[in-house]
Amino acid sequence: MTLAGVAFYLLSAVAVLSALMVVSLRNPVHSVLFLILTFFSAAGLFVLLGAEFLAMLIVVVYVGAVAVLFLFVVMMLDVDFVELKQGFTRYLPLGLVVAVALLAQLVVVGGAWIERAGPDRAPLASVPGLTNTETLGRVLYTDYVLLFQLAGMVLLIAMIGAVVLTLRHRPGVRRQDVAVQVGRSRAKAVKLHDIRPGQGLG
Amino acid sequence: MDIGLPHYLAVGAALFTIGVLGLFVNRKNVIILLMSIELVLLAVNINLVAFSAFLHDVAGQVFAMFVLTVAAAEAAVGLAILVTYFRNRGDIAVQDLNLMKG
Repeated sequence: MTLAGVAFYLLSAVAVLSALMVVSLRNPVHSVLFLILTFFSAAGLFVLLGAEFLAMLIVVVYVGAVAVLFLFVVMMLDVDFVELKQGFTRYLPLGLVVAVALLAQLVVVGGAWIERAGPDRAPLASVPGLTNTETLGRVLYTDYVLLFQLAGMVLLIAMIGAVVLTLRHRPGVRRQDVAVQVGRSRAKAVKLHDIRPGQGLG
Repeated sequence: MDIGLPHYLAVGAALFTIGVLGLFVNRKNVIILLMSIELVLLAVNINLVAFSAFLHDVAGQVFAMFVLTVAAAEAAVGLAILVTYFRNRGDIAVQDLNLMKG
């Protein structure tokens, strides 16, 4: 077996096993860490396929942003994680039935497609003579420029939505109000008292 | 034996199935539900990139990037909803989530 074959089996085994850990572990913090492991293994698979740019994108976006966001939320919410796992065994039979049916369907469809397809060609993720990033950039900013802009809009709307959903104004919190602060005059800010000696302000 | 398209499709199918299984068994923990959705989207990405490489068509990778974008947006909005829900209810069980039933 070639080195690429060994790497493929190693990476896919780690990906599948850590994905199983993600859905079955009791502690969500451990789940997030195994999710990161799954993403790293998937990035390795992408590198094996020659799609280096997407591999780096997976590491940056998923591991660097999404997984850290998950970790942040898990640690911010004060939840009793032991009671969360109740009902796991109750729903396991139904889940297994659905999962097995789904897997069987995928295998049947994939098998039929592979039988019809011709002999396997060697994987090639880039135009010959160009790097993977150049290949993607050439089509992304020409053929798919509208979709690219729309993806940016999706991200913008998601960002605004997340801010609107989580922003709250607590009463009693002093906020900065630049106009009021700059517009303070001496007359409004300073008050002179004529205090008799020995009496204080009372 | 050479590693071909069926191998990558098998990994994608396995991850997809695990993701769907996670949606079924974790009824009380929305965080793990969201992680299962991320697993499903990752499986879709593996399929797209594998087909893109073996069919010599770069469009699959472009679409994998868009799937990635949507996954990131979904995670952000989903976690924001989760935080709001936790503030209102004090737990994150979706089992009896019927606030909007009226």
